[in-house]
Formats: sequence, C-alpha cells, structure tokens
Amino acid sequence: MDISDFYDTFFEEAEELLGDMERHLLELDVDDPDAEQLNAIFRAAHSIKGGAGTFGFDVLQQTTHLLENLLDHTRRGELVLRRDIVDTFLEAKDMLHDQLDAYRNGEEPDPEAYERICKILQAMALEEMGKSVEGGATAQPEAAVSSEANPEPPVTEKSDEPPSGDASPSDAGSGRLSVALIGVSDKDRETLVEELGNLGKVLDQKGDAKRYVVELETSSSPDDIEAVMCFIVEPEQLEIEAAMGSPASTEPPAQPKEPAADMAKTDDPVAATPPAVGQKAPGDGGWTSTPAANNPPTAKPKAKGGSNAKSGGESTSIRVPVDKVDQIINLVGELIITQSMLDQTASELDGVSHGALVNGMSLLQRNARDLQEAVMSIRMVPMDYVFSRFPRLVRDLAAKLDKDVELITEGKSTELDKSLTERIIDPLTHLVRNSLDHGIETPDAREAAGKSRSGKLTLSAQHQGGNILIEVIDDGAGLNRDKILAKAQANGIAASETMSDDEVWQLIFAPGFSTAEQVSDVSGRGVGMDVVKRNIQAMGGHVEILSRPGEGTTTRIVLPLTLAILDGMSIKVGEEMYILPLGAVLESLQPTDEDLYPMPGDETLLKVRDEYLPVIAVQEVLDVENACIKPTECIAVIVQGEGRRYALLVDDLVGQQQVVVKNLETNYRKVPGVSAATILGDGSVALILDIADLHRLSRNKKEARQAHLPASSHKLVPLKEVEPS
Amino acid sequence: MTSTNSASVAAVEAHSREFLVFSLGEEEYAIDILKVQEIRGYENVTRIANAPDFIKGVTNLRGVIVPIVDLRIKFHLDKVEYGGQTVVIVVNVGERVVGIVVDGVSDVMTLTPEQIKPAPEFGVTLSSDYLSGLGSLDDRMLVLVDIEKLLTSEEMAIVDRVSE
Repeated sequence: MDISDFYDTFFEEAEELLGDMERHLLELDVDDPDAEQLNAIFRAAHSIKGGAGTFGFDVLQQTTHLLENLLDHTRRGELVLRRDIVDTFLEAKDMLHDQLDAYRNGEEPDPEAYERICKILQAMALEEMGKSVEGGATAQPEAAVSSEANPEPPVTEKSDEPPSGDASPSDAGSGRLSVALIGVSDKDRETLVEELGNLGKVLDQKGDAKRYVVELETSSSPDDIEAVMCFIVEPEQLEIEAAMGSPASTEPPAQPKEPAADMAKTDDPVAATPPAVGQKAPGDGGWTSTPAANNPPTAKPKAKGGSNAKSGGESTSIRVPVDKVDQIINLVGELIITQSMLDQTASELDGVSHGALVNGMSLLQRNARDLQEAVMSIRMVPMDYVFSRFPRLVRDLAAKLDKDVELITEGKSTELDKSLTERIIDPLTHLVRNSLDHGIETPDAREAAGKSRSGKLTLSAQHQGGNILIEVIDDGAGLNRDKILAKAQANGIAASETMSDDEVWQLIFAPGFSTAEQVSDVSGRGVGMDVVKRNIQAMGGHVEILSRPGEGTTTRIVLPLTLAILDGMSIKVGEEMYILPLGAVLESLQPTDEDLYPMPGDETLLKVRDEYLPVIAVQEVLDVENACIKPTECIAVIVQGEGRRYALLVDDLVGQQQVVVKNLETNYRKVPGVSAATILGDGSVALILDIADLHRLSRNKKEARQAHLPASSHKLVPLKEVEPS
Repeated sequence: MTSTNSASVAAVEAHSREFLVFSLGEEEYAIDILKVQEIRGYENVTRIANAPDFIKGVTNLRGVIVPIVDLRIKFHLDKVEYGGQTVVIVVNVGERVVGIVVDGVSDVMTLTPEQIKPAPEFGVTLSSDYLSGLGSLDDRMLVLVDIEKLLTSEEMAIVDRVSE
C-alpha cells in the first residue's frame, strides 16, 4: 500500500487535532491554565508533527515543531502564559491549518507565511526562553523529548560523533556547544551569531563560509538553538555538538539514566509510548544507543505517527465514507418496508396455527426498528459541531471591531444531519459576522443607549415541527428601516414606504445590498446576505429576519429535514394518506357546531379552550376528492408551525409511526404544503405535510379564489402570532 | 445491461445511435436508449396536489421517490387510459430520475446519421426545441424526442427554476 493512501486519514485527523487545539486554547484560563488542557494542546501539536514527518510535509512539520517546543515550555510552567501568547498560538494554529489545506490540495504552503510565523514563534522563544534558563534540569527532558521526536538531520549528524561526544543533547545546565554553520552566507551568519549571542555567551568563532564554527556557552539545549536558527538556515546547514572539554562531556556515564527517567516521568503518554517501544535502549545502554534511534529520519516519525494515530482516534471511532452510511440507511429503509409488507401478510394468517410465524414477525419488527434507529443515528451529529467554531470567530472579530461580545450557544446537543451541519457553517458565519459588525454597537454606544456595555450574541438550535430551527440573535441596534429603504431605492430595488417591516427586512437579501457606511474587511461588501439566502434555499430551507430598533435582530433559519427519521402521525383524507410531523401536532378533537364560527370570506374559526383558531381543511387545500366536507364529521388536528397555530381538518387519524424522510426535490421539485415524502409499509409513497407552508398555501388559494372580492378576507382572521421564545 | 451493450455497439457502428421506440396514440416516438433506466408497469402513484395535470404524482422506485409524467396528457391525446398495458419508461435526465407514462413500448432501433432528418418547425403542443430530429426507417416515421431537454424544460415544471 502506498503511503499516500493514508494522506486523507492524516488530513482529517490533523484537522480534528487542530480543532481540539483551538478549542482548548480558547478555553484556557490565562492566569491559571489547566495542566490537562496544556497537555492536550501539546499532544495535538505533537501528533500533527509526527504525522507531518511521516508524510514528508516538511514545512508543516517544522512549524509544528517550533510551536510544540513553545507549548512544551508552557505546559511545564517555564513559559508564563499571557493573552498575547495565546493569540500567537492561535495564529500559529491558523497557519498550520493553511499549510494543511495547501498540502491537501497538493500544493506547497506559502513560504512567506511560513517564514513569518517561524519568525514570530522564534521571537517568542527567544524572548521567553531567556527567562526560563534557571533550571537546567528542566531543559533537559525537553531536549530528550525533542531529539526523540525530532526527525531532522542534526540528529543523524550527531550519530556520526563518537559516543563520548554524544552527551550534547542532554547537556545540562550551562554547557559549551560548538555550532557549525555549513554553507551559510556572510550576512546570514552575522544574524545567526547575533542570535546565538542572545542564547548564551559566544566564546569563540572561526571558519569560513563553508564551515563556520561558533563556540557557545549556553544553558539552552541544542534543540532550542536549532529551533531558533532554522528560520534562517536549513537544518542541514547546522551541526551542533558539545564542544570538547565542556562540562557535559566530562560527566560520568551515569548520566544517561537521568534523561530516560525524566522523560518517562514528564512526558505524556502519547509522547512516551513510542520511545518506550522503539527505544528501550536509552534505559540500559545510555546514550550510546542514540545511533540506534537515528534511523533514517523518516523511519522514526513513521512509527510515531502510527502509534499516535491509534491513540488519537481509532480506539473510540472509525472513519467511514458517508456514501457507505447512506447505502446502509437506504438498505435498512428497504428492509423496514419489506418487513411491513410481510407483517401485513402474516397478520392475515390464523394466529393459532401459525404461532411461531407470528412470534417471529414481532421479533423481526422490533429488531428492524432498532436497527433502523441505530443506523439513523450514525449520520446525526450534534450542533455543537457547528457552534464550536464560533467562539474563536467571535473572539477575534470582537477584538478587531473593539466590541465587547458575549457568545451564548443554546441547543448544542440538537442533532442534525452531518451533510447539513457542513453546509450551514458558511451561512451562519456570514450571519454572525453581520451581527457583530452591524448589529452589536460599540460599548460606548451601548452604554449611551442604556444597555450593558457587553453585547450578547446567541446561537440557538432546536427541533421544531420536523424542522430544525437555527437562530442567530443579537441584542444590538436592530435593522434601520429607513436606511434600508433609502439604500434599496438608491440601488434601484423596488421599494416603497408602505412596505411592511417583514418585506423591508427581506430587502437586505437582495444581491449587492449593504447599509454599512464603510466597507470593512469584516462585512459590508453586500455579497453576504444574498449568498446566505441562496445557500439556505439550496438546502431546502428558508431564512427570516425579525428585528426591533434598539433591541436587536434575530435571524431565523429553518431547515427542513432531508435525511432524518421523523415521528409522524399518519392521517387519511379521502383515499389519500398523509403524514403530519408529530412534533407539530398539539391535539386532535372532533369539532362540534357550537365551537365553529363561520366568518365572512369562506373562513371558519374553531374555538378551543378560549382560543380561536383558523380552520384549514386539507381536502380543500390539496384538492382531495371524496373527502368529508362537513367540519363536524371531520377530525380537527390542532397544529403549530412557525409560531402559527391552526386547526387542520382531516378525515381520520390512522396512527403514529416513524417514517424515513425522503427528499422530493432529488427528482422532482418543491411542492407547496409538502416538506418531503416517505414510503409506507405497502410500498406506496405518502407526502409529509409542511404545517407552516400549508397555511401559506391555504391563504394564497383563498386569496386567489376571492380576488374579485375587494377588502381581502384574511384581515378578519386574526392570526395568532406567537412571539419567538 | 442494455446500456452498456448499446454503448459498445454504438462505438463499433460509428455514429449510429440506438433509440427506444414508444407509442403515444397513433404516433411513434423514440428516445435515446442511453437515457433509459428501466421500463415498468404503471402502479401505485401518489397524487401531488396543485401540480399540473400531466404530472401524475410520485412513486417509489426501490426507495427512490420518482415523479411520473404522463406524456399523453402533456401532448393532449384524446384517449388516456390506465391499464395493464400502460407502461412507464424510467429515464435519467441530468441528475434526476423521472418516469414517463406512454401507451406502449415497441422496439429498439438503430439509426444511422443519414436516417435522422432535422425536425421541421412545427407543433404547438410539442415545440421543435425538444426534438432532436425525425427518424425515417422504411415507411415508418419516428419523432426523436430530446427527453432531457423536454423534461427539464420550464413548462414541464419538474425542475425548480434557479430564478425563483
């Protein structure tokens, strides 16, 4: 098997690790960092480095290496965390992400960006490590770990040295190192010597451009030195060894045990395990065994990468292509239908003489349902998957815009189909950016408006009536009606003063629309909202805006279920079977004449416990033949959708069942009043009704029918508008 | 599989194409056989409310919801009956699967480019935009329908328009 076969696994894993890293970094309490979190961050960097080394992604590996060194110091408390350090770490994480993307697309990462981030990390290393020299012993395990994990050539180089000189990597305390620069230009050399001067005391320097040797007295480990210098020169151009006569080389051979023990003690399991396997040598043979560890540079990280991968994810999860899961879901759906058909046939048989069959059938039914449920849950992922990327975005944006924003997420555990979660990220990002940029005011403006200085941005998700409702709520200034209207008119969009608020809000979804006075790099180019709308419509959903001046804006995304099981109530109208989403059904009752109030314009109201609900007859809206027409002979199902509540007249309630939601739009188109379809036990198709859309459809139909009557009748029907909770 | 066979045959007989011939009333029509997925009987169609009358509804094709279009109604034929002989040709157009109801399927014909004549300007019910030509075979005349263009056209109302 070619190693490139594993690329995808690595990319996915690295992506997850970076995600973890970011999450931990964001959660990190700068003043009192949690050791576990620091370890987790370090482990993530370490694993990525290992993998990158295996696959020969040098730039990624080296960047991670620098980051890892810093993280290592951090987790051992040698580097005191500050807000800006966390920021730098986050920036480095972003850079790693970019590099990963580049590799994924088969490109080399941007060298400039690489150099820049290296410089930043170097600078931090220089600055911070100077403070961390006190404990020589603390630097020691670091050196051991790094040289262990470090696949870079200098390790190989060291192995060329006689074993006696090999103590350098573990050089403790202030020691003498001889750093050889090979083939380095004069200019770079000057810089390097200067850098070395920062790390320790330069005792002697001599040589030519081909090989220039600097004798250095320093407490830094060779690895740190290398890490510092490798943004100027290639690692191959460096040779670091303990200078003869340095304290390190005179130390007795007893020393080897120490780093090994230290390493085992301080290192986390991930880092410790591979060396333990591949390198039992350090324990018994001391540093003479270093050459054994110095296999060709690529060999070692390979082993490491492999073991990391195992400890990283495979123990708790497996990666499976989505189509495979889809295939299983389809097959199970088929199985359920077949089972229902069998069940129907079996129920016609005599239960006494076919007892075994009947028992078997009920067992089969239970097993099939369990199987279906289990399979369905595979595709569902909690919204946390989406929401978890916003804390970072909000933090960065708020800082950039000088605003104080508190992010609240609700309904993280609401499950949504994986394919939808992926597609909702972009639109949501747009909306969050908009809220931060245009919605929430600056702290001063908020204070002037009598609000708390810190703005509140809420992301919430919930299931509602078979839909998934995702809301982005800010408590900012709200939309400015006049401004939008003026802007629309200026842009040549048809708009008039008499439009309702809802209609005005819809204008901002027009292409090229932005009321921001200044185009910022956050938003304001006016390409956002129409894209948001298009994306959401492409998913078969819709988006609405609720806004009140001074109180904030709520953007509400309603996504229909594409792939999900739905708890449905099957109803019969005439000879036709329909499914109502059970979540939308509140109750059902048989209306009596006393409760029905006819209204002008073919409308009827139904009184249910002091509440007057509009009545919609399914047979009328969907033109069903041979259905019962007299309301008192029908059954009224009280339903609620998108805040509207009404009574739906149906012929009969058939039963409750879980149905597999099948998209109608795959091969057909959006059908008004219908959200999707499903396949019933007998193999026929039943349509799943869309409660909110059915209401719209009914209204449109009535309006169309009564177009000749002025003063439209629907004014007489007070629609119960329920405020968003 | 028919489609694979016909593909290789088509490759051998350069530029000849195979067509599935079906009848609507008295006329014979033909569609590119590579678009045909399968042929099945007309059964178990669930009506869709507020759809044009030629859209009979949707049916379950092994777990896939497939719309059924009755070309006889679309082409305003007088006699539209559903019986044991009524046939649904399931075709693949673009990314979609659509079933079309026809009076019957007769045979599969191979037509050489010489046998395909350009379609004249005609037709109110069937615009010549949706025809890929006329096939003449001895004394038979086949109307070659560009089924993909026809079914994805706006008037068929099967595909949501982006402009919506």
